[in-house]
Amino acid sequence: MSSDILILALLDGVSYAGLLFLVALGLTFIFGVVRILNVAHGSLYAFGGYGAASLGLWLGQDSDSAMESVALLLGGAIAMGIVLGTVLMLLLKKFQDRDPILQLLVTFGAFMIFEDLQRMIFGTQPYFVADIVNQMGTSELIGVVYMNYQLLFVPSAALAVYFLLRWFLNSTLAGRQIVAVTHDREVATALGINAKRIAYLTFVVGAVLGSLGGALASPTTALVPGIGADMIVLSFAVVASAGLGQITGALITALLIGLSRSFCVYLAPEFEVVMPYLIMVLVLLVRPQGLFTVVQARKI
Amino acid sequence: MRSVLFGAAAAVAIPGIALAFPWLKIPLILSLCYGLAALGIVVLLKAGQISFGHGMYACISGYAVAFVSKRFPEMDGVFQIALGTLASVFAGMLIGAFVVRYRDIFFGMLNLAISMVLFTVLGKFYEYTGGTDGVRINRPALLGFDLSRDPYEIALLALVLALSLIATFGVQRYFRSSAGQALAAIKTNETRLEYLGVNAKKVLWKGYVLSASLCGLSGALFGLSQGLVTPELGYWLRSGEFVFIAILGGAGHAAGAFVGALLYEFLKMYAAALVSGSWQLILGAILIVIIYFLPKGLSGLFGKRKDDEGGAV
Repeated sequence: MSSDILILALLDGVSYAGLLFLVALGLTFIFGVVRILNVAHGSLYAFGGYGAASLGLWLGQDSDSAMESVALLLGGAIAMGIVLGTVLMLLLKKFQDRDPILQLLVTFGAFMIFEDLQRMIFGTQPYFVADIVNQMGTSELIGVVYMNYQLLFVPSAALAVYFLLRWFLNSTLAGRQIVAVTHDREVATALGINAKRIAYLTFVVGAVLGSLGGALASPTTALVPGIGADMIVLSFAVVASAGLGQITGALITALLIGLSRSFCVYLAPEFEVVMPYLIMVLVLLVRPQGLFTVVQARKI
Repeated sequence: MRSVLFGAAAAVAIPGIALAFPWLKIPLILSLCYGLAALGIVVLLKAGQISFGHGMYACISGYAVAFVSKRFPEMDGVFQIALGTLASVFAGMLIGAFVVRYRDIFFGMLNLAISMVLFTVLGKFYEYTGGTDGVRINRPALLGFDLSRDPYEIALLALVLALSLIATFGVQRYFRSSAGQALAAIKTNETRLEYLGVNAKKVLWKGYVLSASLCGLSGALFGLSQGLVTPELGYWLRSGEFVFIAILGGAGHAAGAFVGALLYEFLKMYAAALVSGSWQLILGAILIVIIYFLPKGLSGLFGKRKDDEGGAV
């Protein structure tokens, strides 16, 4: 094995892990509010990608500034995240006192609806808007030429989100209220926190993170129907292996899964797709609560 | 008494419909197959657990049938079904031993992950499994009779119907047995169940193996009626369909799964014919509406007034 392949696999893995981390983090946030895994999260990812690509096609065609492309990418993702997040939140609110299994099925129904809506709105032809990748150029790293977009932009965006969220959750009032409401909604309400508003905020942050993942993936992957379905399962795998609600854990697990997957692409391609699930199965067998969860006392 | 009447009515009505409208044979077989798989999900729903990975048991059994029929082309179809189901039972016993230690999301996720491992492995190892194209299954003899296509389908329909009726009554009996009651108690209060001296994991394991065998039976019949198995049978969206049907029909009574499956198959047919390309949208909307207005599913509509079943989802 040459060192070129090693570096390529490493860079691919880190970039992929960045995307995975964002989507999985969004899933964790939404879980914090509704206490169920949001199956429609894959649709947020897909719509984020399509939204960013459409905005890029519409406004960014004849400009060659990378800043403008980045702004369009983020704008598309945030707009899609807020709109779809609000729709989902309103839908789930109608079911908030029901059996959790039924709520899960509601998100499954929403996923089916979004899947067809996406096909109706954007068609089945692959979308491919790679202007931003060309604008950012390439750089050479120990003999390997690599795109700046994947080398620098995606991982630094993921890291920026990570540090920003940690600061937000630990040091601002709204962030601390989010932690409180996620931890125990009743007690938080009793303390005078407007739990409804905070829950909405948390949900939308989660939705925006999901669609941001899609938007960042859109320049390097072709957008076709069905990309959402695969992403849901992958982000489930990250969240479940890391433990629910673990932000740092999600980052590390995303790196683990991203790297092992990209090394498989180069070394043992048959196992590429199996890898994330194998890791998840192994982690859950050894540590049922996920890698980074502190075991809690059982409530009777 | 009432349930025997309903069973008899179904046993008369379904072959009657199939004879009157021959083109409905295959949709009827498929919906009964879906019903059997959904019945397996209903068993788990009784324990308050949901699995997005039970497609794998249909898949295992379908592939077992395909391999057996390739190896022993002379073997009777009924034996092939039995062997396929047996393969799922063994897989269910083994996987069940691990997954019954988990509850709720982790239970669902672990099933999902294992089924996705199977799905990708089947798709990748082309020499053995035919990759994503799957494996063809030749039409076997049924109970010693070599049948041409049309009578074969009728015989298969009769077989599926008989097995569905047996499964419905069997599962209903199981729900009323002490093992079934203990299974429902996992949902209501597992800790108390343990205090009573009942091993909850063992109870769930039995339920899990039962549900795996029902999904396996469905997969074997599915493979024989289609003449083809593909890894798609084990994809998580397929497992999601099973759960969808179980909720649509309602988990209160075992027959609900079949009501849900019939409705699902025909909705899908008509939605696909009416608005081609967006049947998922219609089904998704119907699912949400059903959950909103009929949280106990269709079978909740004409079920008993009194709420003694416990554990009805």
